[in-house]
Amino acid sequence: MKRIRIDEKYCMGCRLCEVHCIVQHSKTKNILKTYMGEYPKPAPRILVEEKGYITFALQCRHCEDAPCLDACMTGAMYRDKETGAVLCNEDKCVGCWMCIMVCPFGVISRSSDKKIASKCDLCMGEDIPVCVKNCPNEALKYEDSKD
Amino acid sequence: MAKRPTPTEFIVERDKDKCIACQVCVRMCSNDVHIYDADTNTVTSDNSRCVGCHFCETLCPTDAITIKKNESCFKPNANWSASVISDITKQAETGGVILTGMGCDKPYTIYWDHILLNASQVTNPSIDPLREPMELRRYIGRKPDKIELNYNKGKVELKTKLEKQLKLEVPIMFSAMSYGSISLNTCISLAKASHELGIFYNTGEGGLHKSLYKYGKNTIIQIASGRFGVHPEYLKTGAAIEIKIGQGAKPGIGGHLPGEKVSKEVSEARMIPEGTDAISPAPHHDIYSIEDLRQLIYALKEATDYEKPVGVKIAAVHNVVPIASGIARAGADYIAIDGMRGGTGAAPKVIRDNVGIPIEFAIAAVDARLREEGIRTNVSLIAAGGFRSSGDVIKAIALGADAVYIATSALIALGCSQCQKCYTGKCNWGIATQDPYLTKRLNPEIGVQRLKNLIKAWSLEIKDMLGGMGINSIDSLCGNRTHLRGIGLSDRELKILGIKSAGEPQ
Repeated sequence: MKRIRIDEKYCMGCRLCEVHCIVQHSKTKNILKTYMGEYPKPAPRILVEEKGYITFALQCRHCEDAPCLDACMTGAMYRDKETGAVLCNEDKCVGCWMCIMVCPFGVISRSSDKKIASKCDLCMGEDIPVCVKNCPNEALKYEDSKD
Repeated sequence: MAKRPTPTEFIVERDKDKCIACQVCVRMCSNDVHIYDADTNTVTSDNSRCVGCHFCETLCPTDAITIKKNESCFKPNANWSASVISDITKQAETGGVILTGMGCDKPYTIYWDHILLNASQVTNPSIDPLREPMELRRYIGRKPDKIELNYNKGKVELKTKLEKQLKLEVPIMFSAMSYGSISLNTCISLAKASHELGIFYNTGEGGLHKSLYKYGKNTIIQIASGRFGVHPEYLKTGAAIEIKIGQGAKPGIGGHLPGEKVSKEVSEARMIPEGTDAISPAPHHDIYSIEDLRQLIYALKEATDYEKPVGVKIAAVHNVVPIASGIARAGADYIAIDGMRGGTGAAPKVIRDNVGIPIEFAIAAVDARLREEGIRTNVSLIAAGGFRSSGDVIKAIALGADAVYIATSALIALGCSQCQKCYTGKCNWGIATQDPYLTKRLNPEIGVQRLKNLIKAWSLEIKDMLGGMGINSIDSLCGNRTHLRGIGLSDRELKILGIKSAGEPQ
């Protein structure tokens, strides 16, 4: 499947990926309306980790043996058959946060407005996830993974 | 002493209706211009710290930021301009030399803009480069005075032994910029782009980082007055060796890389202790005459088994013509002449803006003298210093240059916006800095592509212009001043440039 590859050598830590992720998952998908008019605005599904000058943007790895799939008691967390992405069915999610507990990367969070889990959905419907598309230094790449 | 406040150079204009307080500008500015206030969730700016590099402006996701020149500073005065007043104020406060970066920004005449190219009409057909082959390949090095051939049973062989040459696929190379003055990612971009384009880049006086040895075939290694990073492996790795006598931005003075920039890796490449200042003296202390220079040239040739061309780089100064003639006679394979608009990582402003002569005059005068003396074929001429476009390049070649060195345009291709603050080591674009927070902002993969695109674009334009003149090889244009005409120039200027005025027929 196609995955987002992180190149920490060239991540500047500008966090534009977070901004564009928020906008992509907003109601209007318009940056000004999202930031000025939506409350609460969506939580970013990508987070830039920082330690000293090393920074990188981390989002769901869509693991092959995803622990969140096993831990989900309602079956809300599922693997998309076409793309192989791990997605969350909002209608089924009851907000028990087991996925958050088991995620080894800490990339699942609580949605800012509903009691459901929020995670990277690889911007379903877009050719390239917006974080990759808008990274000014190409520190994120969307490529076929070899494994 | 209390600092007297002076008007700021730039104003950071923030459109409040558009600013979403995402703080990208706050995180990215190395000069701490932007300040986030969590209590009010707003971002404000400290104009006095802005250097006008435009990095924040390019990243702002809502185009809320515009960097503007501060127009309301001093009463307009042609003599006592804002920069003059602020320089005097700074010196009154500090008692120091004003430093700056990049090339001379004073409005001296740019002669390229007063030279026009020819094109074919009716009597000599122009050539369409899309349909016919067009040759841009150049060879840098000493050419034989005559060629002897062996005819053997219908086969023709070259009897004359040719001196080592540098083969350029395009008559453009990347000029000397040292690792230390620029970041490793910038060096990698230049090296890799040169490798892929079939041209050369120059190490400057920074030695060679271990990761760059693999690009040796496309590297001109430099030996300057500080002799930093010179060792047998270094000499063997490069495709050619360049002795640097002077630099266009600061003729007559040496270099100074402050200790803060001498990181572990820079210290290894330069072979000096970590954190110590790297000071290149103004002169080479073993070169006080052409004879001394000849000794060094031949010492280097001897050390490399006469397998590599050895060139000499000088700044364009008033006496450039006899000096170049001396260098040609000293046995150099090429002479690189750096005009006064050439860039630098750091130079005293007064030197950068007042010393030297434009490259246009230097290259025309040197080419003419070497021809007169019958030694033009002994050396190749490389012109450097402020080449902005393919138009400048082709005019330089028609004036007599064999190839052109570009550096400022290459840096602009990599993002540089000419803020002239290279000497601070805080380059937001990750070019002129060693700060690990900043160097990673230049992704060499993007850098290589941008440099390749620039050279490709210029090559296409050069081919178009050559075709228009009815020439199918850059060789036929070298020193062919009949294709140039001057406009808005005095008789004396036209004479030095060796060209006729616009309107004069052949």
